[in-house]
Amino acid sequence: MSLLRKKTTDTDLEKVIGQLLRFGVLLSSAIVIAGGMIYLWRHGREQPQFHVFKGEPEKMRMPGPLFRAILNGEGRPIIQLGLFVLIATPILRIVFSIFGYLLEKDWLYLLITLVVLAVILWNF
Amino acid sequence: MTILVFTLALFVGALAAGLLGSLTGLGGGVVLIPLLTLVFKVDIHYAIGTSLVSVIATSSGAAAAYVREGITNIRLGMFLELATTIGAICGAWLSALVSTSFIAVLFGVILILSAAISFFKLADPVSTGQGSPLSRWLKLNSSYPTPEGEKPYLVKNVIGGFFMMNIAGIISGLLGIGSGALKVIAMDNVMRIPFKVSTTTSNFMIGVTAAASVGVYLSRGYIDPGLSMPVMLGVLLGAFLGSRILTTAKTSSLKILFALVILVLAIEMMYNGLTHKI
Repeated sequence: MSLLRKKTTDTDLEKVIGQLLRFGVLLSSAIVIAGGMIYLWRHGREQPQFHVFKGEPEKMRMPGPLFRAILNGEGRPIIQLGLFVLIATPILRIVFSIFGYLLEKDWLYLLITLVVLAVILWNF
Repeated sequence: MTILVFTLALFVGALAAGLLGSLTGLGGGVVLIPLLTLVFKVDIHYAIGTSLVSVIATSSGAAAAYVREGITNIRLGMFLELATTIGAICGAWLSALVSTSFIAVLFGVILILSAAISFFKLADPVSTGQGSPLSRWLKLNSSYPTPEGEKPYLVKNVIGGFFMMNIAGIISGLLGIGSGALKVIAMDNVMRIPFKVSTTTSNFMIGVTAAASVGVYLSRGYIDPGLSMPVMLGVLLGAFLGSRILTTAKTSSLKILFALVILVLAIEMMYNGLTHKI
């Protein structure tokens, strides 16, 4: 009986994770497309310069300057916001799993998942 | 060439890479970096950042479908993500210490390995017995849906698989690829998991593994929106179309053709690395 219940919570968690991943990818694609249109409209006729590495400016790396640039109506920061949403998707998946294992009282996997989350967030 | 033409060309190239990668099961990400550096002459740092972002997009998109079908072993994925994320961060830090020529040569080696592995015969999965004490403690033994109903399987050699995953994570962080081929060897040949479970679980882990190293690449300014936009959208669309055709089209000759393309790209990457053109 308890095995059966465990299986249902697992399946529910799988459904939620599946939906979350799909939503994250679709939302980020939509933002990237919107930003891409503005970018091509503004810079489409210029020459690309990707053969030399310059590194991205601060507004493409930090959330604060990124949002200020978006408010200026720039396209590239909007694309970057979409990429942030994309990167956040698998991280959010981990957060959801934490709640799932908490509900299941699966302490071993709760610990494993917390360590994975810590490893990922440590680098941002 | 203007940015508009360049962007459209990148989109078409990425679409082809995603489509072929999905049809052949070799993954589109593996040809993205040679495509960007050799064909479009993009700096390899930008190419790695762009590839990493695209890898997150395709793996999350595909995982959404697999997870709902109940094939993915989520516990196994979570446990092995410990190994891949730690490896990925080490790999991302290593990438700043080694020369771009070294990265190019290593990339060529991994490309050849990935193509070769897909032609190997995989070990048979194990379904009888008790499994190792460690796999029971970690609740890794599971079952998966087949046309004949749920089929149970056991997970062998957990520690060996964990170490292989660690290496797969380092390669992923260093080269900006999903290193799905290495993950599949770790799960099929070392841990003896059924192929369908290992491919979907590997794909499930790729997004998290890439998310671990992407922070390092982002803060170094390797992720450019102008490059990532067409590449990510192209690969995603290509992979989606590929997953739709997969059931009907015959893919064995296509797989050989794609493996040959990979071989040529690998040799060119290694040549460019050795002559310090990259």
